[in-house]
Amino acid sequence: MRLELVKRQEHSRLMVVVSPILAITLTVILGGGIFALYGVSPLEGLYAFFIEPLNSYWSLEELLVKAGPLILIAVGLCVCFLSNTWNIGAEGQFTIGAIFGSIIPILYPEWTSGFALPAMILMGAIGGMLWASIPALLKTRFGTNEILSSLMLVYVAQYLLDYLVRGPWRDPDGFNFPESRIFDSAHVLPKFGDGRLHLGVLIAIVVAILIWFLLSKTLKGFEIKVLGQSPRAGRFAGFSSNRMVWFGFLLSGAFAGLAGVFEVSGSIEQLTPVISPGYGFTAIIVAFLGRLNPIAIIFAGLLLGLSYIGGEAAQVSLGISNKMTNVFQGMLLFFVLACDILIHYRVRLVNPREAGNDVA
Amino acid sequence: MTWLEPILLTIVTASTPLLLAALGELICERAGVLNLGVEGMMIIGAVCGFAVAHTTGSMSLGVIAAVVCSMIMSLLFGFLTLHLLCNQVATGLALTILGLGLSGLIGESFIGEPGHKLPQLELPFLSELPYVGRLLFAQDALVYISILGVILVSFVLFRTRLGLIIRATGDNHRSAHALGYSVRKVRYGAVLFGGACSGLAGAYLSLAYTPQWTEGMTAGRGWIALALVVFASWRPLRLLLGAYLFGAVSVLQFHAQAYGIALPSQLMSSLPYIVTIFVLVIISGNKQLTKINTPACLGKPFRPDR
Repeated sequence: MRLELVKRQEHSRLMVVVSPILAITLTVILGGGIFALYGVSPLEGLYAFFIEPLNSYWSLEELLVKAGPLILIAVGLCVCFLSNTWNIGAEGQFTIGAIFGSIIPILYPEWTSGFALPAMILMGAIGGMLWASIPALLKTRFGTNEILSSLMLVYVAQYLLDYLVRGPWRDPDGFNFPESRIFDSAHVLPKFGDGRLHLGVLIAIVVAILIWFLLSKTLKGFEIKVLGQSPRAGRFAGFSSNRMVWFGFLLSGAFAGLAGVFEVSGSIEQLTPVISPGYGFTAIIVAFLGRLNPIAIIFAGLLLGLSYIGGEAAQVSLGISNKMTNVFQGMLLFFVLACDILIHYRVRLVNPREAGNDVA
Repeated sequence: MTWLEPILLTIVTASTPLLLAALGELICERAGVLNLGVEGMMIIGAVCGFAVAHTTGSMSLGVIAAVVCSMIMSLLFGFLTLHLLCNQVATGLALTILGLGLSGLIGESFIGEPGHKLPQLELPFLSELPYVGRLLFAQDALVYISILGVILVSFVLFRTRLGLIIRATGDNHRSAHALGYSVRKVRYGAVLFGGACSGLAGAYLSLAYTPQWTEGMTAGRGWIALALVVFASWRPLRLLLGAYLFGAVSVLQFHAQAYGIALPSQLMSSLPYIVTIFVLVIISGNKQLTKINTPACLGKPFRPDR
C-alpha cells in the first residue's frame, strides 16, 4: 500500500475546521498513551491535565494569565508567517521587552506618577522592536537568514537578562538572590478578579481583534498575504518585500516586547533570571494551531495556556512530570502541520499493483 | 607548547559535536531538504545515548541508541515533509520543540546521575609523537568518526555517482525525477543520514563533552550547526574549518577566565551566538557566493505528478 496525495480543486472549508480538532484529538490520544507508559491511567491523567484545571475559578484566572502572552506574541508572529517572514526569536524580543520595561521600576523607583506605567509599557514595546530590528536589518541589508539570526539573539537576550539580575540590577536588600527589587505598586499593572488577572490579558485580546481587522479588512492585510503567497505577484502590485520584512519584524517584536513587560509588571513584579516558560516558542505553536487567524489564535492560546497549568496540576495531583507540557505542545504542532494538508489535499491509499493494472 | 595543548584539546571536544551535526545537515541540504530540527534530534540523541549507556553500562550501545533514536526523529520529519509535503521550516521547528520536550521527560530520572566518558583510543606509536601525538591520535572514537566523516562525505559528494544524484536532487528535483531517480527516496536517505549524524553529535555531548545529562544541554548547538552549513557554503572541507573556528570561540570563555580576563561570564557565553550572526552576515553579504552554492531547490517541496 502506498500513500498518495491528490490535490483538491478548491480548499476544503470543512477541513479548515476539522483539521485542528483532529490534531488536538490525536495529540490527546497519544498523550494518553504516554501516561499509560508512565503507569498512570490515561483517563485519569488526561482528566487531571485538561479538565481538572477548568474546575476552579482560581485556575481559570491563571489560565488567562498564561494565555495572554501566548496570544499577544502569536498574533504578531502570524503577521510575520503570513508574509513568509520567519521570526523565530520572539522569546528574545519578549526578554528584551521585559528588560526595557523594567528600567523605570528598577533604576527610577521613585518616579511613581501616573505616567510611569504607560511609559514602562511603551519602553517594553520599543525594546522588543529594537531586538527584532536586528534580524530585519540583517535580512533586508545583507540577505542574512532571519531564522538563524533571530534565534541566536534569543540566547544573547537571555544572557543579558542573567547578567543584569546577577550583576548591576540585583536587589541590594535581596540577600544576594539573583533577583531585582520588587516593583513599586505604581509600576504594577492593574488587576481584576481575585488578583492574578491583569490588564495585559485584556490588551492581548483587543490586539488580536485589531490585527484580525487589519488582515481581513484592509489593504495592508492584502499586501501581507500577497507577498507571503507570491512575492513575484506582490512586486508587480508595487509591494516591497523588504518593507514587509521590516513591518512583520517590528510588529511582532513590539507585541513580544509588550508581552514581556506585561509579564514582569503584571505577573512576576520583579526581574528574575528566568521570566518565561518558553512563551516565545510556544506562541509559534499557537500561531499555527490558530491557522494564522488572529481570532482562532485566541482559542489556540487558551488551549496552550491550559497545557501549562495542566502540567502543573497533573504533577501535583498524580505525580506526573510537568515536562509532559512540552511533550504535549511538541506533539500538537506536529499533528497540526500534518492535519493541515487535508485542507488542500485528499489522502488516498493506493495499492501499487492495482495502480499498475490501471496503466496496463 | 605545554600551555597550548589543553586549549587545543578543549577546542577539539567543543568542535566535534558541531562538526558531526553540521555534516548531516549538509547532506540533507545538498539533497534539497532544510531540516531545522537538528537541535531537537541532537538532544534526543544526547538523552537516549546517556540513558542507554547508563542503564546497560555499555558505551557503544549508548551511541547506537542515540543514532537510532535521532533517526526515528528524522523519519518523522521526513514523513511530514516528503510524504505529506508540509512546510519544511515549520516542521523543523516542530521537531526541535518536540525533541526538547521529549528529552526533558525521558531524562528526568537521569538528572544528576554520574556518567561515563567515552574511552580515548590511543593509536599505537602515533599517540607518542611529540607535541601533536596526544592531540591528534589519542581522542575518542567519535572525534575520529567526525574527521573521517568529513573526508568521506566530501569524497562521496563530489567523486561518486551517488553524490551526483544527491546534488542533482537538491539543485533541480524536476530533472532528477525526469532522469528516473526517486527524489523522495534520495531525500529520505539524506534526512536519515542527517538524523544519524545529529544522534552522534548528541551522544558526543552526553557521553564525552560533559558526561552527564542536563536538560537543554545542546544549548543551541543544533542551530549553530545549521549556521555552519551556510558558513561552509555547503562544502564539507570548509565545514571542518568552520566547526573548529566555532569550537575555539565557544571555549574562549573558560580560558579567558583562567587567564584572569575580567569580562562578565554571560558576555563570554553569548559570544558563540554573536559570532554566528556576524559570520552569517559576512557570508550572506557575498551575494554571488551564496547564489552559486545554495542548492537551488533547498526547502522546496516536491510532488511527483505522474
